[in-house]
Amino acid sequence: MITEEDVDLLLNDLLELYGYDFTHYSRASLKRRINRLLALDKFPSFAELRYQIRSDAHYLKRFVEELTVNVTEMFRDPLFYKSLRTTVLPTLTSKPFIRIWHAGCSTGEEVFSMAILLKEVNLLQKTLLYATDLNPEVLETARKGIFALGPMKQYSENYILSGGTADFSTYYTAQYGHVKFRNDLAEKMVFSTHNLVSDRSFNEFDLILCRNVLIYFDKDLQQRVLSLFDESLGPLGYLALGAKETLNFSSLKPMFRQLEGEKIWRKIG
Amino acid sequence: MAENRLTHPCEAIVMGGSTGSIEVLLSVLPQLPDPLSFALIIVLHRKNTADSTLANLLSLKTTIPLREVDDKDVVRPGTIYLAPADYHLLIEQDRTFSLDDSEKVNFSRPSIDVTFESAADVYGSSLVGILLSGANADGSAGLRAIKKAGGLLVVQQPETAQVGFMPQQAILNTAVDYILTVPQLIDFIKSLNLTH
Repeated sequence: MITEEDVDLLLNDLLELYGYDFTHYSRASLKRRINRLLALDKFPSFAELRYQIRSDAHYLKRFVEELTVNVTEMFRDPLFYKSLRTTVLPTLTSKPFIRIWHAGCSTGEEVFSMAILLKEVNLLQKTLLYATDLNPEVLETARKGIFALGPMKQYSENYILSGGTADFSTYYTAQYGHVKFRNDLAEKMVFSTHNLVSDRSFNEFDLILCRNVLIYFDKDLQQRVLSLFDESLGPLGYLALGAKETLNFSSLKPMFRQLEGEKIWRKIG
Repeated sequence: MAENRLTHPCEAIVMGGSTGSIEVLLSVLPQLPDPLSFALIIVLHRKNTADSTLANLLSLKTTIPLREVDDKDVVRPGTIYLAPADYHLLIEQDRTFSLDDSEKVNFSRPSIDVTFESAADVYGSSLVGILLSGANADGSAGLRAIKKAGGLLVVQQPETAQVGFMPQQAILNTAVDYILTVPQLIDFIKSLNLTH
């Protein structure tokens, strides 16, 4: 097991040598992931892991990929998607053009879920879906729209619970243990690296989704990122967070109104 | 071990369980003294649903404040915390909770090992780990971490558990301090309380 000082050393290295700033990430989770990587890659000591990171840019890629959590699923928290479908998207129909930002989209399962929703309410053709993550590797997966076949049964159940009425399997073709989602779903997606810690706002959006990303940040960084979202939302825009995340502790709270029982806030100020 | 406890008062109890452990909690919770002088942190394997029925059910059984953890909640003595479904529950050095939706551990999220290891790191010898009924091996590694940090280990007597596998694994793999029946467990937790 590594010490707090070890974590400090590594985080300093990442910042000074490579410009990755993890210093305001939740410590307990970071420490666990570093320990996990020590075991996975069979490093005999912390010093050897540190040396590898300092001297091998190729390994750095793997390290950052494993340090950040890339677990996601389609239609995660189906009732959340139901609210998007029935409450949020109908208020956007009169807009000539819709911009949505998935911040920290990981491998893109939620971006494809959103594209399916938009398709079903006939809004996809006038929407742009910006999907960003700090990790270029996961974006490559997202761009391809190819996912493992295994969880599709679960995703199909989530889809139905979210209010979907089509046959979920019409949205993809299955081959060799993987599925490829239809090209027309991906046409309106723009994938790009964006680091919530260091990068600025890049557009004005009607809806920002950032689900289960803030839990990995400390309170200071959460506040900074929420301000970034505030700057990036148009009037009456929506912010959607993960099931256990909130902006109640943020100075932004008075400018937003929370939708009844949901982790969705509308900008009113 | 008893001297150990006196010199290092209990700051937190982490309690983990799987199949058959809700019944144990329903017996234990009504018997606990209010106020508690420590935080009681409960990690149960449960179905992946976002509702908080379980927290509501458990809170009916006690006058002690009981809540399902939200991200960045402060760990306070006198409160019972329940790990939310589908998240790992970790504790930071500043005694706040953080959540994590990374890979399942022992096919479980929340995983008992994850919370136990993280709590051991923060509370050291003032931590007590309790492992209840269950059908998998989650919790054993966590108990080892607690032991290494100087904390106390308690497991439910496997013969009295609905499913004895989980406590049995812990007994085989770790030097546990106490193997207790449910009534003994209740007395043990009461004995840790400084206000009574």
